[in-house]
Amino acid sequence: MKVLGLYNYWVFTVLLMIGLYAIIARGNLVKKLLGLSIFQSAVFLLYISMAKVEGGTAPIIQHAGEPQLFSNPLPHVLILTAIVVGISTIALGLAIVVRIREEFGTIEEDEIQARDRDR
Amino acid sequence: MIIDALSFAMLALGGFFVFMGGLGALRLPDLYTRMHAASLTDSLGTLLTLGGIMLQSGWSLATVKLLTILFFLLMTGPTATYALANAALFSRDDGPPATAP
Amino acid sequence: MVTAFGFVLLTLLLVTAVAIVVTPNLFVAVMLTSIFSLLMAATFFLLDAADVALTEAAIGAGMSTILFLGALALIGEHEARRRRRPWLPLAVIGLTAFTLIYATFDKPRLGDPAAPVHQHVAPWYLEQTPELMGMSNVVTAVLAGFRAYDTLGEVLVILTAGFGVLLILAERRAGGRPDRPPAVGLRHHLIPRVVGQLLIPFIVLFGLYLQFHGEFGPGGGFQAGAIIAVGIVLHALLEGEAAGRAILPTRVLTGLMAGGAFLFAAVGIAGMLLGGEFLDYSGFSADPVAGQQLGVHLVEAGVGITVTGTLVAAFHAFADRERPA
Repeated sequence: MKVLGLYNYWVFTVLLMIGLYAIIARGNLVKKLLGLSIFQSAVFLLYISMAKVEGGTAPIIQHAGEPQLFSNPLPHVLILTAIVVGISTIALGLAIVVRIREEFGTIEEDEIQARDRDR
Repeated sequence: MIIDALSFAMLALGGFFVFMGGLGALRLPDLYTRMHAASLTDSLGTLLTLGGIMLQSGWSLATVKLLTILFFLLMTGPTATYALANAALFSRDDGPPATAP
Repeated sequence: MVTAFGFVLLTLLLVTAVAIVVTPNLFVAVMLTSIFSLLMAATFFLLDAADVALTEAAIGAGMSTILFLGALALIGEHEARRRRRPWLPLAVIGLTAFTLIYATFDKPRLGDPAAPVHQHVAPWYLEQTPELMGMSNVVTAVLAGFRAYDTLGEVLVILTAGFGVLLILAERRAGGRPDRPPAVGLRHHLIPRVVGQLLIPFIVLFGLYLQFHGEFGPGGGFQAGAIIAVGIVLHALLEGEAAGRAILPTRVLTGLMAGGAFLFAAVGIAGMLLGGEFLDYSGFSADPVAGQQLGVHLVEAGVGITVTGTLVAAFHAFADRERPA
């Protein structure tokens, strides 16, 4: 039963690897970006899992003074900002992919390299 | 006690309809019948599930919030289904050429 | 019961992630990403991270899907099939996965209160927030108060990425070409248009509620900015690109992007001028706690303005681009 407490971390590992696989093995640039966003989400999951305290609640203090158990707010803050930064960087990546499609007529990595050599 | 039993029955029935909607979306032959099955999840599934939760929460702020959620789902669900059916009709290869209404 | 639900959600996450990577159609992959984000948001909520769940649902399932679809409209949705089997990448990720899973056995179990993460600064934040900041939401207090310097950096990253998108997609705009009919959106579709227009005020209102209620419940500038941006983008989708641009031209959007970050930094410098450190708000009012609250409000407003501006500007950059042949 105690081993099941690691399930979140295993899911994190497998998600991280799925994202990494999409980044290194797929030639399509949009697929690579989708893999990157899975990779990001996996890291978010790791942080939020670490913040959880058994029997705790969301870190919003309803009645000050009463002893209450809260989950750790610090990873929440880090990931909250990281999600918004993540979409900004993904948007930047998509903009670059759109420009590559306009220049080369394709977004497959090997075709781009072949066309780049021909120039 | 009666309210508890009623809410559990509603939750179970709502879960059943959501399950049937999912099953239909997977098993039915073409897009329109699948959408018909999926709309079961939208309407009866959410109505019964949220109704069951409302009975559990009683008269409180949570019930008002649930009512708002229910209102939004009943507004957006059929609209999404309409948009999907419309897009399917327009992009269909066979059949008569579709015209803009 | 909740634990079992969490297990189901995590397993569904794995299934969805595999489906995203395997499917050859990019449109399907983007839709699956939306589902992935929604599942992730539910998982975050189960793990007590209400603010993060809200952000993930608004950004991941809403805005990110729209941006990907906007880019796919310019790119095309089919992925070429690879011929050879990717043995080397599979070996690499297999080895890495084995090492990482082996390493997890040294980690504290999920929810262990004695884990090292919970020992150092977090208890201090939880203890001091009601006293020093007078707020109930510790996440907001840490985000905009105790660690506002971090947040300023993040806002500047968002600003830079937003201007990067605008600069990369600057020329070859479709809207300027007279021979091309303007995009009309869904103006001919009565039902989505009426329902959408009915929803937009409520979406924006909810965003404003999150913006100004972030000290007491889940919410804050990042979530509010994302939700308001979704409302504005919905208007552009319904009424067509030109009408969307008319209410917020690019000049206004870039002004909002820079203005929000400027407001954040200006609040920090004002704290210095009033005798404190950079981003110390206690000098804003005779009562230090009231000063902190005013400072957090202003900083969160800056964050919300920048996030709204960046997301809407990025959407317009994709939506207004001419489709390549």
